[in-house]
Amino acid sequence: MKDVAQLARLMQGNEAIVEGALAAGLRFFAGYPITPSTEISELLAERLPLYGGKFIQMEDEMASMAAIIGASLAGLKSLTATSGPGFSLKQENIGFASMAEVPCVVVNVQRHGPSTGMPTAPAQGDVMQARWGTHGDHAIIALCPASVQESYSLTVEAFNLSEKYRVPVILLTDEVIGHMRERVVLPQPGAMKVIDRKKPPTGLEKYYPYQPGEDGVPSVANFCENYRFHVTGLAHDESGFPTTNPEVVEKLINRLNDKIMEHVDDIVLSESWLTKDAEIIIVAYGAVSRSAKKTVKEARAAGLKVGLFRPITIWPFPEKEIAALSRQAHTIIVPEMNLGQLKLEVERVTSGRSKVIGVNKVNGELITPGEILDAIIKL
Amino acid sequence: MQNKVNKYLRSEMLPHIWCPGCGNGIVLGALTRAFGLLDCDQDNTVVVSGIGCSSRASGYLDFSTLHTTHGRALAFATGIKLARPELKVFVIMGDGDSTGIGGNHFIHAARRNIDLTAIIFNNSIYGMTGGQSSPLSPLNSKATTAPQGTLERPFDLPELARAAGATYVARGTTYHANMLTQLIKNGADHKGFSVVEAITACPISYGRRNKMGNGYDMLLWQKEHGIPVERARKLEPSEMEGKFAIGELHKSDAPEFTDIYERFIDEKQINHREAKKA
Ligand SMILES: Cc1ncc(C[n+]2csc(CCOP(=O)(O)OP(=O)(O)O)c2C)c(N)n1
Repeated sequence: MKDVAQLARLMQGNEAIVEGALAAGLRFFAGYPITPSTEISELLAERLPLYGGKFIQMEDEMASMAAIIGASLAGLKSLTATSGPGFSLKQENIGFASMAEVPCVVVNVQRHGPSTGMPTAPAQGDVMQARWGTHGDHAIIALCPASVQESYSLTVEAFNLSEKYRVPVILLTDEVIGHMRERVVLPQPGAMKVIDRKKPPTGLEKYYPYQPGEDGVPSVANFCENYRFHVTGLAHDESGFPTTNPEVVEKLINRLNDKIMEHVDDIVLSESWLTKDAEIIIVAYGAVSRSAKKTVKEARAAGLKVGLFRPITIWPFPEKEIAALSRQAHTIIVPEMNLGQLKLEVERVTSGRSKVIGVNKVNGELITPGEILDAIIKL
Repeated sequence: MQNKVNKYLRSEMLPHIWCPGCGNGIVLGALTRAFGLLDCDQDNTVVVSGIGCSSRASGYLDFSTLHTTHGRALAFATGIKLARPELKVFVIMGDGDSTGIGGNHFIHAARRNIDLTAIIFNNSIYGMTGGQSSPLSPLNSKATTAPQGTLERPFDLPELARAAGATYVARGTTYHANMLTQLIKNGADHKGFSVVEAITACPISYGRRNKMGNGYDMLLWQKEHGIPVERARKLEPSEMEGKFAIGELHKSDAPEFTDIYERFIDEKQINHREAKKA
């Protein structure tokens, strides 16, 4: 057993995602180059074949998303990585993965937008795109790392959740975290729990691939493993074949939503820091939460009762936790590198109990601790 | 033969959704008979399709079947084939599906020479959405979005496939249904990216508007305009005016992509082990 000092490494956020994916059992990657996510592709082109896995650079992002869904249906844990413009292009097929319940992980290293924006500058403008980017009602899971270490652990978590709930999971990181280098200590191989999709029992006379289990999640077989069945993005019944029966379709769309929303306690991760006695709470995620931590320290030093709540899972949104905080804090500050996307959610769940104030920046620069502190001082 | 072939159909899913006079059933029949000739293993074969009338065919076939998004069937199929090269993968697409929205995936699958058998149901029109022009609609033909006739030249699908790197390219028609069966079978036997264009009739959305008569008349049109390639090659371009060659149009040998990748993995792993030892 190596000691911690031996296992510690200096690593970039995007590199940690690659390590996490491999630890989770990744065997297929399809992508298309885009800053600031490209390192993930480049590293996997080198690493995956050593694990007997496959890497392919597809002709575009629609194709990359399609290829990982195909590979996942064929039984391999699959990943793609992109940034803003590419994330937009993947949306239709992300919806396909939701509807057809195909496990897969999509990394979006957020950059400035809209459009080409500032390719090498960070932003958090894809919060709502991650939630609602594809058309139609659907549930989604999105995780937001705030460090290199967490880029690793949340990638493992993203695969676990996607396999468990048969849903596309978005790892919504940003340029700061993706390109930052930090000391990390990777867990020993096997130390982190790895979840694999459940398989249907063998020998069934009639197999219903989309019949949900008690958890609302169906046991869809991998292609060419014991059963022949149909997979479609059309509304379908439990047999997998298309239907337009309103009752059946109503049930399907609700189940796709419920299988996530009824398990928020299992899915939602968050961090609370010095919130116990806090009268002012900062709600921050990703790179901005690092600035917010510094703000809390400075505010505390000045005798202000300020705490930090950090959603790690941003979709589904940590409603319960923030609603509870709004019963104790008179003000909630939401600093974001966008014009107030997650703030909308905070306002929704606090129902006017606390004053909600945004600190917003869309110029490609990280929000500083001082800028958040200014908002507190101005109160 | 019929029994050997019927097992490839999900007969409980029939009748199909296609209109009276539509040729898609004939293409599906040819495909099913080709499965019979190939003695295709249902448990190790995947059929992928895009979106359109023709792409509904995957639902009628008793394999692992995947009905994807418009234009992207080849990209989904690439993921399946690269993940599990031991599987046989067929891809069913419409003309708009494969050469309009999916045109990029089409040329890149051909460039890679990945071992997929692509069958394009070419009815010269966007059937499912009610008759808009497609990149394979003939110049001047009428469509709902080209009421005076299309102003754009169509692709020559086999030429496009060959130029992009496909190593088996054939064209058949629903009139020449037996030939079509044989072309699909040969395409599937060929290792590499195989393209079979099946000329099929859409009397409702294409034939009517272009005064080509009913489904039967359109079959006769195929008979008169499809010229076996051996004969076509001897004819002057002027004699081929308005006609098209059918049969095996191109065949070549080139390394297949998933084979190359498997070898790459082997070599990489051996080198890695040796580097570690040293
Ligand atoms: C992204 C997207 N764009 C447009 C459509 C609408 N649409 C469905 S089928 C189709 C065209 C079908 O024509 P073709 O591919 O030639 O197949 P056919 O129906 O004639 O067999 C279109 C445009 C869609 N489903 N998805």
